[in-house]
Amino acid sequence: MKNMDKKIDIKSKLTDLNAVWSDFGDGLYRIPAGDFRKAAEFLKNEGGFDFLRSLTGMDWGEEGLGCIYHLENTYTGENITVATADRNRDDASLPSVHDLWKGANLNEREAYDFFGIKFIGHPDLRRLFLRDDWKGHPLRKDYDQSLNPLNMKNELADDDAPSYELTKDGSYILKRQPLFNEEEYVINIGPQHPATHGVLRFCVSLEGETIKKIDPHCGYIHRGIEKLCETSTYPQTLGFTDRLDYLGAMQNRHALCMCIEKAMGLQVSDRIQYIRTIMDELQRIDSHLLFISCLAQDMGALEVFFLGFRDREKVLEILEQTTGGRLIQTYNTIGGVQADIHPDFVKNVKAFIPYMRSKMKEYHDIFTGNIIAEKRLIGTGVLSHEDAISFGATGGTGRASGWACDVRKRHPYGVYDRVDFNEIVLHDGDCFSRYMVRVKEIEESLRIIEQLIDNIPEGEYQMKVKPVIKLPEGCWYSAVEGSRGEFGVFIESHGDKFPYRVKFRSTGLPLVSCVDTISRNAKIADLIAIGGTLDYVIPDIDR
Amino acid sequence: MFDFGIITNWIHTQLTSLMPEALAIFIECVIVGICLLLLYVIIAIIMIYMERKVCAAFQCRLGPNRVGPWGSIQVICDVFKMLTKEIITIRHSDKMLYDLAPYLVIIASVTAFACIPVSRGLEILDFNVGVLFFMAASSIGIIGILLAGWSSNSKFSLIGAMRSGAQMISYELSVGLSILTIVVLTDTMQFSEIVMRQADGWFIFKGHIPAVIAFVIYLIAGNAEVNRGPFDLPEAESELTAGYHTEYSGMHFGLFYVAEFVNLFVISSIAATIFLGGWMPLHIPGLDGFNAVMDAIPGFIWFFAKAFFIVWLLMWIKWTFPRLRIDQILTLEWKYLVPIGLLNLLLMVIVVVFKLHF
Repeated sequence: MKNMDKKIDIKSKLTDLNAVWSDFGDGLYRIPAGDFRKAAEFLKNEGGFDFLRSLTGMDWGEEGLGCIYHLENTYTGENITVATADRNRDDASLPSVHDLWKGANLNEREAYDFFGIKFIGHPDLRRLFLRDDWKGHPLRKDYDQSLNPLNMKNELADDDAPSYELTKDGSYILKRQPLFNEEEYVINIGPQHPATHGVLRFCVSLEGETIKKIDPHCGYIHRGIEKLCETSTYPQTLGFTDRLDYLGAMQNRHALCMCIEKAMGLQVSDRIQYIRTIMDELQRIDSHLLFISCLAQDMGALEVFFLGFRDREKVLEILEQTTGGRLIQTYNTIGGVQADIHPDFVKNVKAFIPYMRSKMKEYHDIFTGNIIAEKRLIGTGVLSHEDAISFGATGGTGRASGWACDVRKRHPYGVYDRVDFNEIVLHDGDCFSRYMVRVKEIEESLRIIEQLIDNIPEGEYQMKVKPVIKLPEGCWYSAVEGSRGEFGVFIESHGDKFPYRVKFRSTGLPLVSCVDTISRNAKIADLIAIGGTLDYVIPDIDR
Repeated sequence: MFDFGIITNWIHTQLTSLMPEALAIFIECVIVGICLLLLYVIIAIIMIYMERKVCAAFQCRLGPNRVGPWGSIQVICDVFKMLTKEIITIRHSDKMLYDLAPYLVIIASVTAFACIPVSRGLEILDFNVGVLFFMAASSIGIIGILLAGWSSNSKFSLIGAMRSGAQMISYELSVGLSILTIVVLTDTMQFSEIVMRQADGWFIFKGHIPAVIAFVIYLIAGNAEVNRGPFDLPEAESELTAGYHTEYSGMHFGLFYVAEFVNLFVISSIAATIFLGGWMPLHIPGLDGFNAVMDAIPGFIWFFAKAFFIVWLLMWIKWTFPRLRIDQILTLEWKYLVPIGLLNLLLMVIVVVFKLHF
């Protein structure tokens, strides 16, 4: 299949397409916009780079507006980073790659929203997060904030999808297509709806109870965190991560700290690595317990909801003792952690492990084996292996579709390479598999914690770092396995004490982008089960 | 067994001695109506309180515990809160139907409630086709729910109403079939007569296999008939926010809410009446001493004990099971419950013809 020769192939082929290797941080290929489409097709079809890890819009000032694509070959585990830019700032356009990687669809809309880059051939280039009547594109360096005073008027959402198509003479034309036909029965699930777990809106076209099409609307809780990061010093940026995925505060902050430490060339002590890993796993148990609770509640089994909350409380008590926080942990810092673990931490965690194991049986008794739950979950919302990769639906969702996408195994960080744990991979891709992956992952997390908790080495919990942190010039990407998928942080620094650009790879955005595909021809009730098992968190999508 | 008929007859003779008979009957109707509504409200309050406490117990919680001892005044406070709330009118809604819908639901509920024989001599609507009347009266509620969904000018409400229409009409069939099974056994359709026939053993024992099957079908279908979990699709809060009564507020919503709880009680008490002997104490033929002790307990206590036992059973099911999907609900009814119910009816006929029952 894909052998080692391919590697050399890629390099020479990309060089043929005028790609230039640049040793900028992690290192990346810069490809001119004109050749980018060909290069992307080559990378996808021949290079086997089937997973678009992250798509980052960029404003390089003089060098124009562009995008950075982080790609991975899921078969060989190879990674490649390519960048492309259009120098024409007023009317920047890049070829769309939504047909190569389905996950690019929403990501390109995001880049259009923030930078005004027109993706030629994209079928639905609406804004993703901001209001349709927003003026300008806020992440551009020349953006004028005064253009958008506080708007107290109601927003009218566009009913049609604009798309730019290339004409023969090289220019492009704007086409508009209605999202829904007049005669379609469209209901809004959200933004205020109990089953969307936050302010997400699905426009659902129905035929009876059967779903024909779904159009997700994001941005109701968009806080411009990436823009805020650009005006914050590196230690200040840490605070935002806890507010992205509120069930993955530890992991998110871990990712950002790791990325900054990587850029600084800072090696943290073993003690810090151990503490961070244990905390990440506790957070994962917390998140998965909430997942079970909310799924059960969405499906009407209210008893399980309270069982989950009962056990989650135990995790939160342990975390609270050390960090002082329950939801917003603010624990990791650059080069360490905020405070050493509480003297009772080890004792409490060791008491929690057997407790949690014994309680897992209750969930299986009351929910997993329940005939109605099985009927509702088995076979509904099937996400195929190819689609999971193409959408970039990582985490439990991807693993339920047979894609071994665990960052802890793919790119080990912390002390995950020193512990023995199984990556749970199921192959059905339906709601029940997504549920079972999470349930089994709780047990694996307990195993990881069990192996680490007795061996936390002595050492400092905070490395010495300068009071003012400046990163060298370059761009870096690092990722952790968040509670619901790969959470990545991309930083581009121009040598300042502020980052030039920070991008958070949302774990939830790919999950939302695949809702339309897997919910077609399902019932409304299935959409609720699908939404519950995809397990997205809205602030993480909207950022 | 004390016969409340003695008291009611005494009141009747007293009144007729004072005034013409027509006036006496009119006054009696008013008194009975007031008593009925009072009992209805009391049952509703007890049911809501019970629901909260029972579900709290199943969910590792305490339930209401602040207002009054063990939170017992909580429901009354909530009713007052509900009464003081504004009834919001929805733009572009069909005003008349919108206002009418909750009353149709509550009328159906009260009428069905009036059919229940609470104790010996305490029957309000009791005549020779009582079972048919009960089925007909309880069906009116569907119209109210459909109207509520239709007139609210909300897509969620409409989907909820359509679901409930499909569901309730389907499940009425199974409820009817399982009641019919018992009618075959008793050859009467009068509720008081059905209870009297159980003096020498409740029908669930006398009718053995077909009666037990009918009882199970009745519990499932009855639960679906009153739209309670796992069959609460018409108001599935995680899908349709509140289904057909999404747009209702204040006491209009309160009427739907109360009707739902009393309907649960009505379904349970009919189950108690036709399968578990209603107010009839537990009698074992041959054990006269035991029967005498059982007779010492008043009939209405027997009745409420049985009815609330079944209510508790249904609450247990509701708070444990996830919700079904609309196609699964209809599959369950049309592919399983109706054929089984029909076969069961046939079985009961065979049992009765060959005198295989006790």
